[in-house]
Amino acid sequence: MEKNQYLDMFIEESREHLQAINDHLLHLETNPGQKEIIGEIFRSAHTLKGMAATMGYEEITNLTHQMENILDGIRNGTYEAGTTLIDIVFEAVDHIERMVEDIASGGTGKADVKDVLSKLFDLENNGVQSEVAAVMEKPRSEESTFDDFELTVLSQSMEQGYVPYTVKVILREDCILKAARVVMIFDVLEQIGEVIKSTPPVEELEEEAFDSQFTLTFLSKESADEVKAHIFKVSEVEAVSVDEVVIDKPEPVLDDGNEEVKETAKELPQEQDTKKQASANKTIRVNIDRLDALMNLFEELVIDKGRLEQISADLNNHELTDTVEHMSRISGDLQNIILTMRMVPVEQVFNRFPRMVRGLAKELNKHVHLEVSGAETELDRTVIDEIGDPLVHLLRNSIDHGVETPSERIKKGKPEQGTIHLKAYHSGNHVFIEVADDGAGIDRDKVLAKAVSKGAVPEKGKENLSDSEVYNLLFSSGLSTRDEISDISGRGVGLDVVKSKIESLGGNVTISSKKDEGTTFSVQLPLTLSIISVMLVEVEKEKYAIPLSSIIETAIIKKSDILRAHNQEVIDFRGRVVPLIDLKKIFNVPKEPGQADEHYSIVVVRKGDKMAALIVDTFIGQQEIVLKALGHYLNQVFAVSGATILGDGQVALIIDCNTIIR
Amino acid sequence: MTSVLQSQKVIVFQIGEEEYGVSVDQVKSIERIQPITRVPNTPGFVKGVINLRGVVTPIIDLRMRFNIEEKEHDNHTRVIIVSVEDMEVGLIVDAANDVMDIEMDNIEPPPEVVGGIEADYLHGVAKLEKRLLILLNLNKVLSRKELEELKTIEEGS
Repeated sequence: MEKNQYLDMFIEESREHLQAINDHLLHLETNPGQKEIIGEIFRSAHTLKGMAATMGYEEITNLTHQMENILDGIRNGTYEAGTTLIDIVFEAVDHIERMVEDIASGGTGKADVKDVLSKLFDLENNGVQSEVAAVMEKPRSEESTFDDFELTVLSQSMEQGYVPYTVKVILREDCILKAARVVMIFDVLEQIGEVIKSTPPVEELEEEAFDSQFTLTFLSKESADEVKAHIFKVSEVEAVSVDEVVIDKPEPVLDDGNEEVKETAKELPQEQDTKKQASANKTIRVNIDRLDALMNLFEELVIDKGRLEQISADLNNHELTDTVEHMSRISGDLQNIILTMRMVPVEQVFNRFPRMVRGLAKELNKHVHLEVSGAETELDRTVIDEIGDPLVHLLRNSIDHGVETPSERIKKGKPEQGTIHLKAYHSGNHVFIEVADDGAGIDRDKVLAKAVSKGAVPEKGKENLSDSEVYNLLFSSGLSTRDEISDISGRGVGLDVVKSKIESLGGNVTISSKKDEGTTFSVQLPLTLSIISVMLVEVEKEKYAIPLSSIIETAIIKKSDILRAHNQEVIDFRGRVVPLIDLKKIFNVPKEPGQADEHYSIVVVRKGDKMAALIVDTFIGQQEIVLKALGHYLNQVFAVSGATILGDGQVALIIDCNTIIR
Repeated sequence: MTSVLQSQKVIVFQIGEEEYGVSVDQVKSIERIQPITRVPNTPGFVKGVINLRGVVTPIIDLRMRFNIEEKEHDNHTRVIIVSVEDMEVGLIVDAANDVMDIEMDNIEPPPEVVGGIEADYLHGVAKLEKRLLILLNLNKVLSRKELEELKTIEEGS
């Protein structure tokens, strides 16, 4: 029971720490030398380990512990944070992530981590050989000297009964494949012990950048002669000398160095804790459900406020009017606060992208750099939760279809590394998120050809389409410009899904592109889903809300201006033929007796490029409303996207212009 | 359909001359009738939606659902808010004024046809001395599949 109490906190914080590790690892990869970054990763890992241990999640604890060892090694300069190493650490982080998610969904957090654990162990024991070598700037003198870490390893392994040897191998002058010999020698040695160091470094050995001899530091439980015999099994070896290493440095020095590491390891997390607390004082975690409950209560208050205003106007009591007015102001402020409480920075979504881009680029053998800006831009929580998937898809699209392979890029005279710019910014009542790549751009002809072959566009007149119309074809289902289906995109889930998702959020997405300069997807989103601006209209005695985002303008037309085209009433609206839609018919509104008017009030709405004019009876006015779902029972009502509660407590339906215009 | 409980608490309500019961577990509240906003293009028995303390809640007229002739709402008319499979729906009934314990032994399987209602909607019939209580199977009454079917029938006609 007591554990459950902390479970949510554990999961939340674990996610945060994992995200932090992910972020910092990516930074580390680009700035391998930065000690602070490693420190940050280490701290997160350490806290994570501590939490997991407290909660009794052994697998996570073990894995994090082993990861920590590696991080410690990086911090001490034992290993360089090269790609191979970071890959393995990422793999470990992935595993931990999966385990945490398992716990979050009610599982035990157990998983088979043997594989990655053994990789980490290998790393710890052997280092990534090429990278160990890279740390040592230049091969030192023939006589190997050891740095602190190596000395530590040596002394520790000696305690475990291993004997350190300096193995000097001289290959025959006429040896042809020296590198192959080296590999073979390493192979036999790994069978009986561990090579912890080589002079010259392994890289150079592999590139045959050595004369005919090299020196290894080797740990084994076998005797010197035995080791020699093993090496001689490899052909073309001229001479081998195996000498036991004598460590001349006094032991205490080693211990000191070691303890220092441990101490900093202990101190750092604490330091971070205090830092965390300092900032934690200013924020608290609130369950979104509670905010929703607060919102609901608040709406009731707003409705009561409306009634009070009505009553005070009727009674015309000065003091009452003053009080009610004051209350209205306060509730207005309150509404703002509650709304902003639901706002969260897009950072939450953007965070996971660098990692994803890295992985994808690797998979596709492309060099891609992701630039993120405006991550602090805030959006309503409900939008944030939904926008992740469409963005993932757009990014994948950019990496897969947009950015060219390094060789193509070089041919085009572009830098080898492609750049994807992920940008978020506010503008008016909207937030824009752009995914811009500097890749090949969209091939207009290819898209057109595909669209024609799929029957989406008639062969005739295809040349008349504007570029943007052609690009928009990409959003229709079943159109992928990729010739072969890759693993990344083109699995049937196309841009059409992205578009419909974004539109369901009340936003829209546009493409602009220039050949060989790149493609930009621009997603426009409403600031919040829960509150939208609408135009309230009356149809007979019923009130309906039309989202302002769909409205182009309102107008009053004469009945005599109505034209007919193919059994459909239309009007000429600024030179465009726009169909006229009678809401009374669509909504089967019961007719009230009354005299016929010579004029129609119309609201011109749009869906993408298409337009329609809705006939209403009266415009009530513009209003901010709180969006409500109709509930599970009435989940799909034609032309209605939701409901709202008006000031008088009545429910008004929100018209879904997207389904009216087909 | 089967229950291991020995007795069951039900809310008793009236439609016409007949008394019905729904399990108290499925009832969230009983409300007086209030203004209903019509939702177009829904089956006829869906009266519309109401503002139930800030939650937009759909309302079904049980009379129409059971193909019983409609009746003016009066002082006794109530809306029983029920919750079935994540759905919250209000049911308009003629009156609701009783809570009762029913012994499982007294429940009999539904007769072939009761008052024109498909026996499908019924859990069973409970005999209580001189009263007869029809126990509703709300899942069937609210079944969305039937909602769809009814929609197509209406559109077809």
